[in-house]
Amino acid sequence: MPAIDIEAPGMAMLLMGNEAIARGALEAGIGFAASYPGTPSSEILPAIAEVAKRRGIYAEWSVNEMVAMEAATGASLAGIRAMASMKQNGVQVITDFLGNLVMSGTVAGLVLVSCDDPGSRNSSNEQDTRFAAKWLGLPLLEPGNFQEAKDMTRWLFDLSEELKSVCMLRCVSKISHTRGSVRLGELPRKELKASYDLTRIPRLVNPVGHAALLKKLEQAREIFEISPFNWYVGPDSPELLIITGGACWLYSREAVKVLKLEDRVGILKLGTLWPLPEKLVASYLVKVPQVLFFEEIDPFLEQSVMELAASLPPGSPRPVFYGKRSGHINAYGEQDPNAIIRALARIMNVPYQFRGGEYDKQAEEAAQKYVIMRSGTLCPGCPHKATFWVIKNALKLDGRYGFVTGDIGCYTAGLGPGGFMVVKTIYCMGAGAGVANGLGQLGRFGFTQPVIAACGDSTFYHAAVPALINGVYNNANFILAVFDNSATSMTGFQPHPGTGVTAMGDPARVVSIEALCRSMGVRVEICDPFDIKNTTATLLDLMAMDGGPRVIIMRHGCELIRARREEPPYRVYIDPARCVGPNCGCDRLCTRVFACTGLRWNREKGKAEIDELICSGCGLCTDVCPQGAIIREAL
Amino acid sequence: MTVKTLIKDPLNLIIVGVAGQGNVVISLLICNTLVEKGYLVTFGQTYPSQQRGGTVINYIRISREMEYSPILPYGYADVILGMEPVETLRMLRQYGNPGTITIVNPRPLYSIDIWGGAAAEYPDLDELLTAIRSLSARTWVVKATEEAQQLGSPILANVLLTGALIGTGALPLDAESLEPALLERFPDQFDANMVALKRGMELVKP
Repeated sequence: MPAIDIEAPGMAMLLMGNEAIARGALEAGIGFAASYPGTPSSEILPAIAEVAKRRGIYAEWSVNEMVAMEAATGASLAGIRAMASMKQNGVQVITDFLGNLVMSGTVAGLVLVSCDDPGSRNSSNEQDTRFAAKWLGLPLLEPGNFQEAKDMTRWLFDLSEELKSVCMLRCVSKISHTRGSVRLGELPRKELKASYDLTRIPRLVNPVGHAALLKKLEQAREIFEISPFNWYVGPDSPELLIITGGACWLYSREAVKVLKLEDRVGILKLGTLWPLPEKLVASYLVKVPQVLFFEEIDPFLEQSVMELAASLPPGSPRPVFYGKRSGHINAYGEQDPNAIIRALARIMNVPYQFRGGEYDKQAEEAAQKYVIMRSGTLCPGCPHKATFWVIKNALKLDGRYGFVTGDIGCYTAGLGPGGFMVVKTIYCMGAGAGVANGLGQLGRFGFTQPVIAACGDSTFYHAAVPALINGVYNNANFILAVFDNSATSMTGFQPHPGTGVTAMGDPARVVSIEALCRSMGVRVEICDPFDIKNTTATLLDLMAMDGGPRVIIMRHGCELIRARREEPPYRVYIDPARCVGPNCGCDRLCTRVFACTGLRWNREKGKAEIDELICSGCGLCTDVCPQGAIIREAL
Repeated sequence: MTVKTLIKDPLNLIIVGVAGQGNVVISLLICNTLVEKGYLVTFGQTYPSQQRGGTVINYIRISREMEYSPILPYGYADVILGMEPVETLRMLRQYGNPGTITIVNPRPLYSIDIWGGAAAEYPDLDELLTAIRSLSARTWVVKATEEAQQLGSPILANVLLTGALIGTGALPLDAESLEPALLERFPDQFDANMVALKRGMELVKP
């Protein structure tokens, strides 16, 4: 595949939605891009960073989404087109800043890209950030395919400059992470020059600023009324109108085709979602008897359009509305073609059976019998697995029913069997340490359970530092365990302030976790979790202490990064003479409890075995087997 | 090179595997090549949060007419390429139909949900393959992992399966048409990958 900044206007290229967004920003002449990694947004920034040097522009991984948005604003204020991209949780984090930014206006085009994760396949929650646009007052677009992901991004910079306001692109997983054909446009060749105009009024005071914002939004609405990102397909007088946007546009069109309803059902696909182009939508509302809303996640269009319907002149014809409110579409989870096929078949009263009943029965029977569960888990060789093993054993030895307050990263797997279920709370970035601050004050109420707050290295910089400072200041009793694998692994190994390299590949000063913690006067221990014995002893010692926070840094590099660079450290195999199987008394400790995917239980032989395709050669399981039957030979 | 056309429009292909098996590499080889040939391609994905262990599904829609959605309607798979047998059956359950053809690598990968105790076990492989066959119009069992190991490395299994896929004639592609994409993806390992691709094609020869 050619590079994303290929100069080939008109060429069709297979691009991921996120790459199309990056290309759109390049075509708009962006000079500054900032982001914090988060699925499904993570590929936007690297796509820009990869070509940044030769395009003469700048891209950074910021320490968190708040700084990313603020930094991008700084660039805009000095006349450089800028973009901040993040997942839905990031948008939640930056709403305080956004709520003030919309009062101050912008100079060069400034675009916020929010990638939402319907179904929370790769998130701790599913949130619909379209409401942030409505709540705070940002003009909002959402692409319905990959071409639009590029074209809308590009156009939003023009709109932002016209309105002198930040604009937002909302994109869902199935556009961000799907690849499709995109026709490229031209890349600008313009030298960028930054300068801050000191005569500029910093912001309008409220409510003057608020009134000015509402005026801008009305201006946006007028522009949206004739936007080419909104369109209608279907007969002149449809029996039912689907109002949709985003990936749901693609599902809607497919559903109409599958059910052969092209002559009866029309689709109004909206790309400009807020402010709603009311004249356009109203022109359809008065001429269709039925409307079905299909969107991800919440009923955003549904509510906006119903609000519009309520304000139509008295006596106007109004359609019957179907959607999430009526129960025809789920108000949660990810949508797909099947959801809209079912709803359409029900409303239009057409029979639909997706395959023969006999096949269906046979497939279901076979699946019930043979299809096993396949939970996601920590990778073979993962240092977090070692850390969780240490914590599990230390908590057991300590005997006071201690537990872990969890955080966001690969180590969220500590909620499940992969991390021995030692994690008992999970919220957002930095919340592990934050919640521990509360628990750490409860000794006065008879609370005796040890609390270990987890956070990854990237999460430490992102959000755990203020919570640790709070713990020092207020003398909260907890241990902060930093799961330091020197990478932002879950989202694709992006660098961060501890890795010594920037998004553009330049060397960077390392912000030392231990030096930062020690500067606060807390006890800091640094352990290699693969040294199970010593790490367990150190953790037990920290648990025996009282008083303010203590920090244990569990330091061992991410296995997937190591495996790309080096051969495995050990050859690991099982000595069948020593594995005594059912006679051991451990009841398959290695495959049942330790549960690394590289270990299998051979039920015919009644012995454990290594799956050489999966085993990373880390050798950790050698320390788990009570019989010493798992042998590791240094390579 | 003979001019090949789609056997059906849209052609709906599922490539399924376990995170870490490299099915995205197969999908990208195929999709990039098809887009260059002027097809409208949509390649959607579903995958777990973690980097390893869960099911990774790639949905590929190929058409000359329109852009299809990133997920298939139930029962709409024309071809399922399964890198692991249980995952192949998992896909047939939702997306199979009596006309679906399957290409399956019979090498099982266990999950952490399998303890080997009475509660959870990996199914009997012969029974599993019989179920896959009975739900497919035609099934090719391609011992990709084994063959790749014989070629020198198990990581060649995905390209070998790509060869098997195009060897069945299901896609409008031949070995020659995939060469540029393979060369770009594996500049240093091109020859080994070409050997794997051709070996995969041979294994499905009638």
